[in-house]
Amino acid sequence: MFLKKVALTSAMSIIAGAAFAECEIPGNVSIVGNEFPAIHTVAEGAAACTGGEVKANLTADHQKINLAGMQGNPAEYSSAIIANSSIVALMNEDVIRPLDDLVAEYGQDIPKNQLITIDGNIMAVAFMANAQTLAYRKDVLEEIGVGVPTTYEEVLEAAEMIREADISEYPVGGAYAAGWNLAEEFVNMYLGHGGEFYVPGTAEASINNEQGVAALNMMKALTEYMNPDFLTHDSNATSAEMEAGNVMLMNMWGSRMGVLMDDEGAEEQVYTNITVAGPLTVGGGSTPASTLWWDGWTVAKNISDEDAAATFLALKHGTSPAILNDETMSQAVWMIEGYTPAPVNDGVFAAIAAGTQSYPMLPYQGLLHTALGDNLSDFLLGKESAEQALADTEAAYTAAATEKGFLQ
Amino acid sequence: MKHRSFFWFVLPSAIAMMLFIFFPIISVIIQSFHVEHEQVIRAVETCDLFGCKESTTIDQEATAELRAERPLGQFAGLKTYLDRNHIAATEVAETWNGTNSWRDFGAQMLNLPFYKAMGFTLTYTFVVTPLVIILGFIIAVAVNSATKALRGPLIFFSLLPMMITPLVGALILFWMVDARGIIGTLLQQLAGDPDLSVKASTPLMWIMLMVYGVWHSAPFAFIVYYAGLQTVSQDTLEAARVDGANRWLQIRHVIIPHLLPLTTFIALMQLMDNFRVFEPIVSFAANAHATSLSWAIFNDLGGETRQLSSAAATSVLTIIGVAILLSPVLVRTWRDFDRK
Repeated sequence: MFLKKVALTSAMSIIAGAAFAECEIPGNVSIVGNEFPAIHTVAEGAAACTGGEVKANLTADHQKINLAGMQGNPAEYSSAIIANSSIVALMNEDVIRPLDDLVAEYGQDIPKNQLITIDGNIMAVAFMANAQTLAYRKDVLEEIGVGVPTTYEEVLEAAEMIREADISEYPVGGAYAAGWNLAEEFVNMYLGHGGEFYVPGTAEASINNEQGVAALNMMKALTEYMNPDFLTHDSNATSAEMEAGNVMLMNMWGSRMGVLMDDEGAEEQVYTNITVAGPLTVGGGSTPASTLWWDGWTVAKNISDEDAAATFLALKHGTSPAILNDETMSQAVWMIEGYTPAPVNDGVFAAIAAGTQSYPMLPYQGLLHTALGDNLSDFLLGKESAEQALADTEAAYTAAATEKGFLQ
Repeated sequence: MKHRSFFWFVLPSAIAMMLFIFFPIISVIIQSFHVEHEQVIRAVETCDLFGCKESTTIDQEATAELRAERPLGQFAGLKTYLDRNHIAATEVAETWNGTNSWRDFGAQMLNLPFYKAMGFTLTYTFVVTPLVIILGFIIAVAVNSATKALRGPLIFFSLLPMMITPLVGALILFWMVDARGIIGTLLQQLAGDPDLSVKASTPLMWIMLMVYGVWHSAPFAFIVYYAGLQTVSQDTLEAARVDGANRWLQIRHVIIPHLLPLTTFIALMQLMDNFRVFEPIVSFAANAHATSLSWAIFNDLGGETRQLSSAAATSVLTIIGVAILLSPVLVRTWRDFDRK
């Protein structure tokens, strides 16, 4: 046994050595990013480079520090790992640099679709995709004799049948925690109804309309089948409800499906039956009520050319096929050559295939998201009408957008 | 003390206070009077993993000059203070003219974020502060009359809630009152309602936050009162006993007057602390039911787009609020000082 382990470790170190040997960087690298397994893998891949120092600060609070850490000159962080929603905050303050020259010099082999271009400039390199799709209990749907729901209306029907069959009192789950999560669910539902967030060509919010009300009403209908504490349930809490065997149907992030389907934290009956399906549509629409997300890396503006080149090379290496192995393969839907999808990732691929829209990359979307998160819970608590909640959101957004100079 | 030695004596702390209290407050006030420059928005094509689409971005070149010229942004005066997310002057006036009853007016006001936050913050402050003082006093008197051998362990256990990090303490209570937690289940049994959930009801959530507030702060009042009790003159107490005062009369006429200055101190500290209520709202994920000014600042800074001016304005309003709350106590202290 001992020998076997030694043999295995040395074999692995040889592979790793071979894979990581080729990265030489001309400067220092300092990465700030979110904290989950896939990002750790990227940071470790980048740290394998030699010739300069590679530091990484990975924390769930990365959004609170990345901007301040890149505004100095020289910047504290030479790279921020961001998503399509959070790159906007960095672009608004002009702290990340266009990567065109670096791509031309060092990145010819990066697949074109990974390059995020805004106004013709490459601003980030994406390495993984994410989306919220349906997770369901196969055994429970078989028991009540319905097929896999493809619309939210079917979810409501199935939920009613599960409740009547006395299988679970609150069979539907969702990350409805007041704040960012709740706003995200509204964004999904509103896009599913074909809504537009702004008056075309302006930063003026226009969500107090038919689609907005329909989206809120559908959310309210779903909450009737949710644990009454739904306004305190984030992705973690509602995942735990599913693993505990209480929730049978829920809309969940692709990056969290692996946790649901592994053998930790749930009984065999539960985890062997949790299955991932595609995103749901709503109200007879064809666009899924979901959004596509990517995670990618950027390079700071206020750093020396050597450090910029080093950052580019290190992160290119950290997101190259070299980082893929048995352990890292299931951590995300990697947008990296050589990646082979596992069943946990079916949902995200289905979402891409179904033409799901990507989360809006607009300079003022973050303000609307915050306003939504603060103002929708009163409607779900039954304290005010859908129209009032949407009007409150618009008013809160308008005040915030005026302060930020987007509206006058 | 001579003026000269007094000067040298307070200089270090005066410098520290200037650096860490005065200047930051000045910077926050300046920030709150400014908003960002008018952003020049340009329609652009954005391409990501999932294809290209029309989008917008800020024209950095167009705003670079403006920013270099006036790095603080545009001067806005009190505009941020008066907008809907703060004092909401226009909205309040409209509501005042548009509603017929106080009840209606109150309900509409609580729909505005600042007044919603103030509603909870003030209720919390004026419920928790007296309860903390009363409970702390009772515990102190009880511990003080226990036998010497027991006092050590009693003090230790009474101080536990204060030793636990507020966020962690709140999380412990959060899980205990969960519908499937020990307190949550007990409440369901007592109420005879299997669907009762503290986290789903606004009144119950408020009560829980206040229970947490009292639980967390009572040890502070206790330890101050307990220290005070050690200085009560035994001669006065004995004289009272000789005069035939029972235990209650001794407390009423000897101990309470003796501890009065401490009560002022505790009330000051607690009013300040409770007005800044923050941790339990985050730990209990209670923001759908209750918000506070501190929470609003956190929320402004924690979003994907930071709202610095909004947070600064709320901070200044918090400082003004604390000053108003403390003014009666401060005036009293000043008068006492003057009398001497």
